[in-house]
Amino acid sequence: MKILSLQQRIEAANAEGRMARIPFLTAGFPAPASFPSLLRELDENGADIIEVGVPFSDPVADGPVVEDASRRALEAGVTLPWILENLGALSPRLKAGLVLMGYYNPFLQHGLEKLAKEAAGAGVQGVIVPDLPLGEDALLRDILTDAGLDLIALVGPNTGEERMQAYAEKARGYVYVVSVMGTTGAREGLPPEAETTIARAQRLFSLPVALGFGLREPGQLLGLKNPPQAAVFGSALLRHLDQGGTVRDFMTPWLKAALP
Amino acid sequence: MKKGYFGDFGGQFVPELLIPPLRELERACANILPTQDFQEELAGLLRDFAGRPTPLSYCETLSRELGFSLWLKREDLLHTGAHKMNNTLGQALLARRMGKSRLLAETGAGQHGVATAAAAAKLGMGCSIYMGSEDVERQSSNVARMRLLGAEVIAVRSGTRTLKDAINEALRAWIVEQADTHYCFGTAAGPHPFPTLVRDLQSVIGIEAKAQFRERKGKLPDSVVACVGGGSNAIGIFYPFASDPQAKDVRLVGIEAGGSGEPGCYNSAPVTLGRPGVLHGQLSMLLQDACGQVLPSHSVSAGLDYPGVGPEHAHLAASGRAQYRIVNDEAALRAYLCLARKEGVIPALESSHALAWVLDNPGEFAPGAQVIVNLSGRGDKDMDIVSRHTQKGQGGAA
Repeated sequence: MKILSLQQRIEAANAEGRMARIPFLTAGFPAPASFPSLLRELDENGADIIEVGVPFSDPVADGPVVEDASRRALEAGVTLPWILENLGALSPRLKAGLVLMGYYNPFLQHGLEKLAKEAAGAGVQGVIVPDLPLGEDALLRDILTDAGLDLIALVGPNTGEERMQAYAEKARGYVYVVSVMGTTGAREGLPPEAETTIARAQRLFSLPVALGFGLREPGQLLGLKNPPQAAVFGSALLRHLDQGGTVRDFMTPWLKAALP
Repeated sequence: MKKGYFGDFGGQFVPELLIPPLRELERACANILPTQDFQEELAGLLRDFAGRPTPLSYCETLSRELGFSLWLKREDLLHTGAHKMNNTLGQALLARRMGKSRLLAETGAGQHGVATAAAAAKLGMGCSIYMGSEDVERQSSNVARMRLLGAEVIAVRSGTRTLKDAINEALRAWIVEQADTHYCFGTAAGPHPFPTLVRDLQSVIGIEAKAQFRERKGKLPDSVVACVGGGSNAIGIFYPFASDPQAKDVRLVGIEAGGSGEPGCYNSAPVTLGRPGVLHGQLSMLLQDACGQVLPSHSVSAGLDYPGVGPEHAHLAASGRAQYRIVNDEAALRAYLCLARKEGVIPALESSHALAWVLDNPGEFAPGAQVIVNLSGRGDKDMDIVSRHTQKGQGGAA
């Protein structure tokens, strides 16, 4: 069976008349032992792509929920090699695509070439680095591209036309649009700037647009004139899991929602 | 060289949402900072409000004992008690001309917080200070000073609850508030253009020291020694020497904090004991574990207690233009007491590290050598810590 690229996975979901679903899970949260089963449950409950969070001690783009999850995962001994090993063992049985999301320093200390090789070997198809903006990303992008992995671009409400265009020239996979001028974390509704940012990204990128930061339930996306091609949700899922909730319960509203 | 880099170090490793305000600041650094109008207004504030120039004091007793000449650049006499004011007045003035109405800043011990709050009050700007909740408790008098000056102090309860986490939270706040708020970064570190901006604003220390020494002795000093946490006081006194080809023989020594000095102890000496890594927007020397997680730092001196260091120091170390040495807590405490008793100056525990290296290593200096130590701040703030430690040292109940 041919393995779909990240872009194709989102396009396949869209071809079914729905938005692609991209849950974010901090690896090893709430407990390292539950990582394999949580990944399988996300896969079985409608995830098209799973973003696996690599914990870091100083996550400046994240709000309190992801920061707390990172801290607890690190305290439980979660490391990048452990994550890659688990993904390698699990990925052959997963339908969903896998993306690593983590800050630059743990990747840099692991070795970028080694990361690319091991991540590709573990079935990972893309990498998101929230503190590696255009201008600092050339080295990692080249290395990932050589290994067949996508470096996912992150843009936001204050990313202007020209800079978004510069991202678009290099981007692969999908483009991650940050909905709000802020950090990760579930919010009510959707900020007014989200819609114009989505529209700008859809116009400038030839890739699917995934909207993230602040998404908690599908109702927030109803009524958008230009809905994104995919929705990313992290903090709300982490909080749900931490409170003892199941993946299935969390995913059900996303499966039922008629999006777009 | 790549924009915003010093050799291999520096850069702009921040979330994309912070790129536009950093670009805006880069433009202000290029278009506003160098203008005569700005420089005159800043010089006026530094003179009439902050108290520049600060003296260059000769240490008569210690020089006699050491066999070489020891001079102190007296940043302890600057308004609010440390060199921090050079930076905050400059950034506040720049921010106001950029049309910003508020300042936000991080602080560790509270010196930068107080200096930012004072600059904001002077220039009629709003001010929010992010401070680790541990530090809020340990430094309650500085918290009171900031509030008195009209600043809002926000206790940061994430991570290690100290300076490192205060910076994380300040960066997060800046993402939200960038439209009307300038992030008044406290040291010559962080994402470009902060390392250059803060260095340029702090260079007044070295420019003055060089001129004052020349006026007194008709030549350049042999050595310049400064403590290094993030590194702003050190780069401020080093840069006018490091960038002057005629001063290439002036030895520059940065002193990092070694903590308790026990093997494997937490310390604040990333140049000497760390390896290159990315934190707070910059690639520089960093205290980190094998997996790239940032390690907690420690020093008896709160102002040096930081796991990273400005990228220009990493570069000066790599190029060999400056040397970096370690001084531990006990030696700094001894130097603190020594300067107070012998020269009538109470130095900040930060500056005491630089002083301690000179006092404890007289063999590093030729007889008759001329040595300037940057006395970056005053030490009244440290009296409680010092008395606790000296009691411990004498076997008393701490």
